[in-house]
This record gives sequence, C-alpha cells and structure tokens, in this order.
Amino acid sequence: MTSDLSHAHEHDHKHEHQAVPSDPALRVKALESLLVEKGLVDRAALDALIDTYEHKVGPRNGARIVARAWTDPAYRQRLLTNADAAIAELGYGGMQGEHMVVVENTPKVHNLVVCTLCSCYPWAVLGLPPVWYKSAPYRSRAVIDPRGVLREFGLELPEDVEVRVWDSTAEIRYLVLPERPAGAERLSEDEIAALVTRDAMVGVAKVTPAGKGAAA
Amino acid sequence: MNSVHDMGGMHGMGPIEYERNEPVFHAPWEARTFGLVSAMNCWGKWTLDALRHQIEKIPAADYLRMLYYEKWIVAMVELAVSSGLATRAEMESGIPAPGSPKLTPPLTAAMVSGMISQGAPSTRNVPIAPRFRTGERVRARNINPIGHTRLPRYARSKVGTIRRDHGVHLFPDTNAHSLGEKPQHVYSVRFTARELWGDAASPRDAVYVDLWDDYLEPA
Repeated sequence: MTSDLSHAHEHDHKHEHQAVPSDPALRVKALESLLVEKGLVDRAALDALIDTYEHKVGPRNGARIVARAWTDPAYRQRLLTNADAAIAELGYGGMQGEHMVVVENTPKVHNLVVCTLCSCYPWAVLGLPPVWYKSAPYRSRAVIDPRGVLREFGLELPEDVEVRVWDSTAEIRYLVLPERPAGAERLSEDEIAALVTRDAMVGVAKVTPAGKGAAA
Repeated sequence: MNSVHDMGGMHGMGPIEYERNEPVFHAPWEARTFGLVSAMNCWGKWTLDALRHQIEKIPAADYLRMLYYEKWIVAMVELAVSSGLATRAEMESGIPAPGSPKLTPPLTAAMVSGMISQGAPSTRNVPIAPRFRTGERVRARNINPIGHTRLPRYARSKVGTIRRDHGVHLFPDTNAHSLGEKPQHVYSVRFTARELWGDAASPRDAVYVDLWDDYLEPA
C-alpha cells in the first residue's frame, strides 16, 4: 500500500521508542508492583489482557468479516444493515465494538475512519490502533484534508469519488468494507481474508489482489 | 473543554508517520500500561468518559509531547488518587501506606475473556423519544463547556443532515463528571466538506459526526 511518497514518512519507531521510555518503563514497573501489592490488580489478569490484544483480537477478525461479505451477498446485506448481529455471527464483538456500523466503499464512494477527539477504534474487529491512527497529524487532518491524507498513504482518489469521513465521536465504531479487487471473485474466503489489510478497513488503503498491502 | 485534544481541522501537526509491520506494543511498559489501566477501570470508580476527560486535562504541551500510553498512566494515577483507591504518596513512592488493607482485585485472569467479549454497551434501554428525524437538517450548537464534551469545535454552529439514529446512549458531558447518564438519542450527522471548511473544499466530500440530542438544534 505504500507509495514513494508515503515511504518518505516511514520511520523506524524502534529508535524513537527506545530513546524515550526509560522513564515510563521504570514508572510503570513501580506502579504495577504497588497496585499488585495493594490488591488493586491481579498480575495474571494483566498478562491475559495483553495476550488477548497481542495474539487473539486483531485485524484478522475484520478480514474474516470482509471475506465473508465478499463471498456471501446475503451476509454482506446483513452486515451493512445490522453490523452488530452480522459480526456476532462470526463470533466477534464486545469491548470497543459494542455498537458497530460498517460502511461500504464503491467505485463512487470512499470511506475513511478517524477519531479527532481521542483514539476511538473498533478494537473488536481490528485490535488496538496503530500509532499513526492515534497521532496528531492523522487526527487533525483527516477531516479537513482527507484527500491529502490519503495521498500520503499512496492513495490518489479521482475527483468524482465522494469521500466520506467518519469521526468516531460517540461509542459507535466504524469498519470500512473495502471494494473487492478484480479477480478476487475466484478466491476462497481464506484467500481473501489473507489479502484484506487493517489499513483498507480503516479506509487509508485499497485491497490489492497481489497482496501488495500485506504490510499491515 | 477547548484543549488541543480537539484537533480536527488543525494544521501544523506534521506528516503522518507510518510504521510498517507495527507491533501491537512498542515496549513492554506500553503493554503493562494497557493491562494496568484496563484492570484498574474494572473497579468501577470512574467511567470511560471520565478517563477520556482526564487525558484531555493533560496540559496541551505535554499532551502533544507524550507517548500515547504515557497519557494513560497520568490519567489513571489521577483517577486512582481522586477516587481513593490509592494515595498520591503511594503512587509517587511505589510503596503501600503502612497498615493499608490488601484488597481483592475485581478482575482475575479467568474473567478477562468474558469481560472483553461482553464489552460495555453505552446504549440504554429507556423510552426516550428522538428530537430529530432522519433527513432533518440540524445545527450543532455553539457550546464551549469547560468540562468534557464530544462535540468537536469544527462542527459547532455548522448545519448538517441527520442520516441515521443510533438509538439512546448515555451522555458523556454529564457521565464524565458523575452527573448522571442523561440518556438520549445519538445521530450520525452528515456535514458537507464545504459547510465545514468553505468553498475551497471538495463539493462532493462530507464528514459524518455522531452527535447527541443535546448538541443539536433545528436548522
């Protein structure tokens, strides 16, 4: 999904994140030991929470939903009219995905999801949000210059495409149903799920048939 | 409150920094912070809206400088102290006050998957009539509360169209401040890009904002 332009802004965050947090690392260690000692938190519960979002709940959930919608027109219809029930059919839902709305990209409409006020994101279907989604550059510009933002992600949209930006100001969480790329109708649900990226389900990328979007 | 967290429409924040193959957490302390704050929320001493508001109250310069999970730590510490779960001295020293009781954590490992799959719906099953109908034109109120609000500045005084009624949800402006849930309808309101940003904006594009009855007036 990356163009030369977006490459220009790719950074090795490891560097940044190792340089800063010796202070937060010590702080959090002390806090954890205090809160465990006081009986305010259970260390094993923290492990389970972390494990859930590192290994179980992530964008593969959303990709399964998209794959089903692309292969089953009746499911797609249910997903667009009652997303909560349709998502629950596949066993997903819950925290930060209690009230879902799925918006569909078409040749004439492109949807983009943001939370300008904080970092609201559909955890239940995409997992925890990436840093760029939570960052000031994305949050500030997605609503005023969505086409410029998309260009930074390497996506140039024709003038005759309507861009709809969804600002997640309430507890409704949005998932973009991307356009099915040409040739995908011959793929199995599993093969499609492997093609569908997190970025496409936030609306900053399209799904490309050759798995070019596999970075995210 | 009109702080820097309400950044929709601002310029000057720089390019979007995209990281390929980004890990869920960038360092162990980020993961532990996520776990700690999520587990502390389970005491039920504060709402998600209060947590968001606590993050908004971080001074603007710090808000922009801090890493995401640093803001979570600051907010959780403040809420734990103000709600009496721990003292500031404890939070600063990392040592429990002498003689303080050992409590029982509300969240155990066995409860985690149930808590996540159940979630915490913000809808309330109370018979409250919507003030607006789908298709109706509305104006977002020009309000500037010093407390928590989810009406972004860029939408205030702007005219949009109700596109969907999301049903009855609790109201963050009161819920964040322990002033009650004040349940009311939330709508998806479509604002054209030109209404929000002027004639230089695309004539086709639009921003959809989820807004509560109390934020809206007939247009």
